[in-house]
Amino acid sequence: MTVNSANLSKNQIRMLKTFQIEQNEFLKEIGNIARFTGKFFRTVIKPKQEYKEFLNQCFWIGFKTLTLVGITAFIMGLVLTIQSRPTLVEFGAESMLPAMVSVSLIREIAPVITALICAGKIGSGIGAELGSMRVTEQIDAMEVSGTNPFKYLVVTRVMAATLMVPVLSSLANAISLYGGYLGVNIRGSVSWNLYWFQVFDALSFGDLLPAIVKTFFFGFAIGIIGCYMGYYSKKGTEGVGRSATTAVIVASLLVFILDLIAVQVTDLLGLT
Amino acid sequence: MKKIAPIVEVKNLYKSFGSNHVLKDFSMEVSPGENIVVLGKSGSGKSVLIKCIINLIQADSGILKILNQSIQDMGEDEVDQLRSEIGFLFQSNALYDSMTVRQNLEFPLRRHWSVEQRKQGAERAVLEALSDVGLAHTIDMMPAELSGGMKKRVALARSLILKPKVILYDEPTTGLDPITSREISELMVKVQKKYNATSIIISHDMNCIRITSNRVIMLIDGKNYAEDTFENLQKSTDPKIREFFD
Ligand SMILES: Nc1ncnc2c1ncn2[C@@H]1O[C@H](COP(=O)(O)OP(=O)(O)OP(=O)(O)O)[C@@H](O)[C@H]1O
Ligand SMILES: [Mg+2]
Repeated sequence: MTVNSANLSKNQIRMLKTFQIEQNEFLKEIGNIARFTGKFFRTVIKPKQEYKEFLNQCFWIGFKTLTLVGITAFIMGLVLTIQSRPTLVEFGAESMLPAMVSVSLIREIAPVITALICAGKIGSGIGAELGSMRVTEQIDAMEVSGTNPFKYLVVTRVMAATLMVPVLSSLANAISLYGGYLGVNIRGSVSWNLYWFQVFDALSFGDLLPAIVKTFFFGFAIGIIGCYMGYYSKKGTEGVGRSATTAVIVASLLVFILDLIAVQVTDLLGLT
Repeated sequence: MKKIAPIVEVKNLYKSFGSNHVLKDFSMEVSPGENIVVLGKSGSGKSVLIKCIINLIQADSGILKILNQSIQDMGEDEVDQLRSEIGFLFQSNALYDSMTVRQNLEFPLRRHWSVEQRKQGAERAVLEALSDVGLAHTIDMMPAELSGGMKKRVALARSLILKPKVILYDEPTTGLDPITSREISELMVKVQKKYNATSIIISHDMNCIRITSNRVIMLIDGKNYAEDTFENLQKSTDPKIREFFD
């Protein structure tokens, strides 16, 4: 886009130019993230894997987020059930409650909410950690001592996030269904066996598979964005803070975009 | 007398950040076993210079030779290999703050020693390096539990663990009290003798320079403005040099 100055006021031109600059910055950033992702794939196949650090990261990512994800998932299942009841009662379909709730939880709500929590917790954690390592020259120190910091820090964290977000999401699936059981029984009464029978009757392979597959992409996106923001953090403590916040914002946004893509793809594949 | 080949050679080095021209045609040579001090104002590009030498920052143009190899044209693996012969003490220490002192010191060994070697020798190497700086008792402490001077000494131990041939020090004594700073300077001389290393030291601490230097290079306006022994430079009448000594 070029600015035609023929019949625009000075102010308008200035605004347009600012807009142009911001647009360019935005596109540049997307290009950089793409390049960073390319570097990840090039580095991940190189020999000498950092298994120990990878397991370490899996443990921390999984362990630190577990309680938060568990509590949220339980409340989500509970609240969704309570909220859905009046509508179903209106249509005289109260007995459909377990089926309806479980499908929405498994297909959409549990994976996306888990991913958002992870974007907040893991994304900001990685962003801040790598950011402060960059600022205090620890990343440079690794490079000087002959360890590839990209492999040691970035590859391990991205892999760990890619693996652990699906694990956490699967746990969230299960826990949210327990929440649903409680929700069903607050007003009505459905036996334990009947509840699970109805849940598994309603769920099909086509519900579960895409929901799990997309969480791998969520995890990858969260890991890559967190690492990118931290690894190229600006100098100073302000830079570290900004890395962490930007990581959360961009990762959350990406989760929604990926979710949108996932729903289209499942649609095309006829898995609905 | 036959001239000894320099161990570090910098020729016509240029480096700018945007419109900020930091190094403009900088050259220097360091002979084996020498202790060179680079002296310059804050912001004159001293840190940039030694980061260029170890290729943490890519120079715009110029020739860089270290241990007779030109680090700019090497592949990643060769650079790693060469770097195992070079110790680097960061201005900010750059200790890994999520690791203990022991893990900090073992870190450079991961790449350059085999698993077997590490199993057998890591403990001894770590203890030896820590004893050299008089901090063997801190081996299981975290960096956050150490004082500023102790951190500096641990960082020094970490840069010595691979017994480097060349050691680059970025302001080893800044921010320390005169007594500790004197101790560190003496330590550097001791270490240099013990490993028979060559050092490039960045400093504007006059005591440190007096204790450690064989030769001083003045980095002014991005150039090697003058080089001589500390005593001779002290007697100089050039106003740009006098600034540092008055
Ligand atoms: N990564 C970088 N990006 C942009 N500019 C930089 C970068 N690193 C250094 N500079 C600039 O290069 C100049 C020299 O910086 P340098 O850190 O080498 O100074 P110094 O001589 O080490 O100072 P001090 O004694 O305070 O450590 C400064 O003007 C600084 O702004
Ligand atoms: Mg400096």
